[in-house]
Amino acid sequence: MKSKTIPTLFFTMLKIGLFTFGGGYAMIALLENEFVTKRRWLEQEEFLDVAAIAESTPGPIAINSATYIGFKQAGILGSVVATLGMTLPSFCIIYAISLFFDAFLSLTAVACAFRGIQIAVLYLILSAGLRMLKKMEKTPFSWAVLLLTLIGMVTLTLLSVKLSTIVYILAGGVAGVALWLIRRLRHGKKGGEA
Amino acid sequence: MIYLELFLTFLRIGAFSFGGGYGMISLIREEALAHGWLTEDALLNMIAVAESTPGPIAVNMATFVGSSQGGVLGAAIATLGVVLPSFIIILIIAMALRGLMKYAGVKAFLGGIRPCVVGLILATAVTMLLSRVGGFGDLSTLREVGLTAPDLRGAVILVILALVALSIRKLTKKPVSPIFLILLSAVMGMILYVP
Repeated sequence: MKSKTIPTLFFTMLKIGLFTFGGGYAMIALLENEFVTKRRWLEQEEFLDVAAIAESTPGPIAINSATYIGFKQAGILGSVVATLGMTLPSFCIIYAISLFFDAFLSLTAVACAFRGIQIAVLYLILSAGLRMLKKMEKTPFSWAVLLLTLIGMVTLTLLSVKLSTIVYILAGGVAGVALWLIRRLRHGKKGGEA
Repeated sequence: MIYLELFLTFLRIGAFSFGGGYGMISLIREEALAHGWLTEDALLNMIAVAESTPGPIAVNMATFVGSSQGGVLGAAIATLGVVLPSFIIILIIAMALRGLMKYAGVKAFLGGIRPCVVGLILATAVTMLLSRVGGFGDLSTLREVGLTAPDLRGAVILVILALVALSIRKLTKKPVSPIFLILLSAVMGMILYVP
């Protein structure tokens, strides 16, 4: 039984990596179908935990979920195999494309098509941001962090002042912790749930 | 040493990108422009390729940039770099810290990061729109070069895409597939930008 786990993990992740378009959130649905519904390797509740962890830790959601599920099934080797399986299809496909992409772009029609496609990408980034805004828990604090980040980053970029994205992310996290500490102090011991 | 630079850069991107593929675009943009690996246009092309091929967007972008800078080895190293932080962090959580996400302090930290990431994505969209459509050109040389004419054809494509996407979502109650929007904009690009 265990001896079959490693190849199954690898090929299942390979399949998911090969057939999911649209990034992490689309992949979570496929992972659930494979590992909860079909193989019953994970309980629904544990899967929700995996999804929550994958979303709130840094890095690609798909890689996070693959590493976690692989480790749960077959330890470190399982996590390596699952992550490799998830990464390999993208790697091969994109590497192949990158070899001839510049030549492809030098065709006039293709270059024009990509001038249009660039606009679609901008639209996709904007709508991803708005979608996340819709899902965001809206408190005065989250609005303040969002607007400060948005206005700060746009202004500094236009002024050609370089401030790393990492600084914004860490500042956001620190502000979150600061708010929690202040609340805890104010409510005495009770304020554990921020 | 390009390999070490690729590895460290993508390690940083992997370690600090929250919120999935779009959450890392601002970081990738910043690093790729700072290193001179990509122009603003090339970055948009690359995101389009990453969106229209299967797999995690972050892995796709790492492979693409790595390959353009250092061939197959560069691609492998950049991909390893972007995956490694996730891999290690998740292993630690899975092994020892199952309850980590339930600590109030960790929740508070993530609660501050989440709106920040939304702000970063929106800011990236705004600055890239100004740069690509609004005539702001390459933003780092804005002060020397100044404003150029806005790309009216780009603005037309943007408005049509928004109208199509919103009306399809109204009619079918489902979000529009990004690949459909990319194909539609490719057709419009071929019609509008042809010299």
